[in-house]
Amino acid sequence: MSEAKNDHIVEVQHLKMYFPITRGLLRRHVGDIKAVDDISFFIKNKETLGLVGESGCGKTTTGRCILRLYRPTEGTISFNGDDISHMREKELKPVRRNMGAIFQDPFSSLNPRQTAGSIISDPLKVHNMGNKSEMDDIIARLFKMVGLDPRMTDRVPHEFSGGQRQRIGIARALACRPSLVICDEPISALDVSIQAQIINLLEELQEELGLTYLFIAHDLAVVQHISDRVAVMYLGRIMELTSSEELYENPLHPYTRALLSAIPIPNPKIERTRHRIVLKGEVPSPANPPPGCHFHPRCELAINDCSVGVPPLRDIGGGHYVSCLRV
Amino acid sequence: MAPVLEIQNLTTNFYTEYGTVKAVDGVSYYVDEGEIIGLVGESGCGKSVSVLSAMQLIQTPGRIDSGRVLFKGEDILKYDSKGEKMSAIRGGKIAMIFQEPMTSLNPVLSICRQLTEALEIHLDMDIQSARDRAIELLHMVGLPEAARRIDDFPHQFSGGMRQRVMIAMALSCNPSVIIADEPTTAVDVTTQAQLLELMNDLVTRLHTSLIIVTHNLGVVARYVQRIYVMYAGRIVESGPAEEIFENPRHPYTIGLMRSVPRLGEKRGSRKLIPIDGMPPDLIFMPPTCAFLPRCTYKIERCREEPWPALRQVGEKHYTACFVDIGEKE
Repeated sequence: MSEAKNDHIVEVQHLKMYFPITRGLLRRHVGDIKAVDDISFFIKNKETLGLVGESGCGKTTTGRCILRLYRPTEGTISFNGDDISHMREKELKPVRRNMGAIFQDPFSSLNPRQTAGSIISDPLKVHNMGNKSEMDDIIARLFKMVGLDPRMTDRVPHEFSGGQRQRIGIARALACRPSLVICDEPISALDVSIQAQIINLLEELQEELGLTYLFIAHDLAVVQHISDRVAVMYLGRIMELTSSEELYENPLHPYTRALLSAIPIPNPKIERTRHRIVLKGEVPSPANPPPGCHFHPRCELAINDCSVGVPPLRDIGGGHYVSCLRV
Repeated sequence: MAPVLEIQNLTTNFYTEYGTVKAVDGVSYYVDEGEIIGLVGESGCGKSVSVLSAMQLIQTPGRIDSGRVLFKGEDILKYDSKGEKMSAIRGGKIAMIFQEPMTSLNPVLSICRQLTEALEIHLDMDIQSARDRAIELLHMVGLPEAARRIDDFPHQFSGGMRQRVMIAMALSCNPSVIIADEPTTAVDVTTQAQLLELMNDLVTRLHTSLIIVTHNLGVVARYVQRIYVMYAGRIVESGPAEEIFENPRHPYTIGLMRSVPRLGEKRGSRKLIPIDGMPPDLIFMPPTCAFLPRCTYKIERCREEPWPALRQVGEKHYTACFVDIGEKE
């Protein structure tokens, strides 16, 4: 997309992540799930990049590739200038200290048998950050930071509510003072009235600690609220990437437009009069994506050329990238 | 116009070993013929239990303790829950669409069998005509190649398609009322838009009443005529959709609206205002208003008196709050 710059904490170039489909006793390789299919983007230091798309579009896989929970099939990922895409586990350990992850489901992402304090201290132990009493201090400080009472460190996850559990997840992600935090659907399992508490907490922490977020979610309204820039993914590719405001005011890709119009607005007057683009059909399988632009079979603007070549993600000015022949 | 389905003072409790859970506590609502209403609230507010109670689908330790459910004027709670009369209502006159189509469809039966079962039972159709009708229904809900796919099993369909099958099933016996319990929560936004448009078109065309149960205020904004907002087992506000959105009169409704990000808001232009605290434990309910600990409008009176009843604040607009929250605040 552009040459590496100093203020790019993450630089992803031509990332591909294919998962093999095997069949039979010999696990014959018969195809690939193309979860991420050639994407490039960067994340600037201290910004929030939103990654939005529907289930199966590859947004979670992208996040996991950056965390190096997967070894990418192709492409490079650099973190703070170092290429981490093919590092070995041992080399990755110091890199991972600088990355945190918050997961969607605060019920399954916390060990039910561990106390909250011990959950948060795990990353500290892995990275040898202090002795017992130092760790207790850090845990108490983290508890306060995420708005939990430090006297609750000895409780186990089921004694906390969903929102509180997500706070524990956030404290764990921040334990080693990372610079980058991958937030993978951090609020979608929470009740509406609790979601805002967590969004505000994430915003406050970012300001206080100078964090960089990759914020992965399917809810465009939430992503727009929290992100500086937003990338819209569809079937393994980035369709459009631009600033939050520009994406709303001037969406160019037909998929982005359909996505925007599908989001319900809590205002009957606006909602009843606005035009809703209802997409036809369904998302094709990532094992067998359509040729050319992945969106063309459902696109209103599609022409013959759309099924031939993959439209490049090109900058149309002001850092607004779009992957469409018709724009 | 007379309401086709009216729920009056419904109370459903669950008698657990930890205590009595007051899931639904004196709830009343109605839906007119051909009307679409929304029942909105967060998890545990009693919205699903209230509709399941109306269908007599509550199992022990749950029990419907009082109230009436009038379907076309007749109290269907008086019917034996396993009797013939109730069976004729359930799935026949009043149909339901559930949240998760993977768990509410039977995985070992073809969708043909699942669709025709109701037709054979409620409409006395023979196998062939039931099958023809099933194909017609699947066409109606926009399932491509319905005739070829009718013998497929649920796992062979995507989530959106499964939900279309559920809609077809709900429509199969020409019900008077359809209750859709979180019909689009398990699907993506673009699929959600497809399904909502489809349901809206179908019920409008067939003049069926529809109750949409959801936690998402946005989902109901486009389609419903009236909204009921539930909190901790009670209805706290009800009224015409536009009134509720433009002029909410209960602190909980106001809180819900302020706490969700809106599309198109500039980054940093507005900090979300969350509702502090958590919903109450339904076993240990305070005698006062259950929203009191989280309320930003509370006055002295709220602490002293029991949970206020609904009072009228506008045409068809009711709120369960002592405080007169000014218009257009």
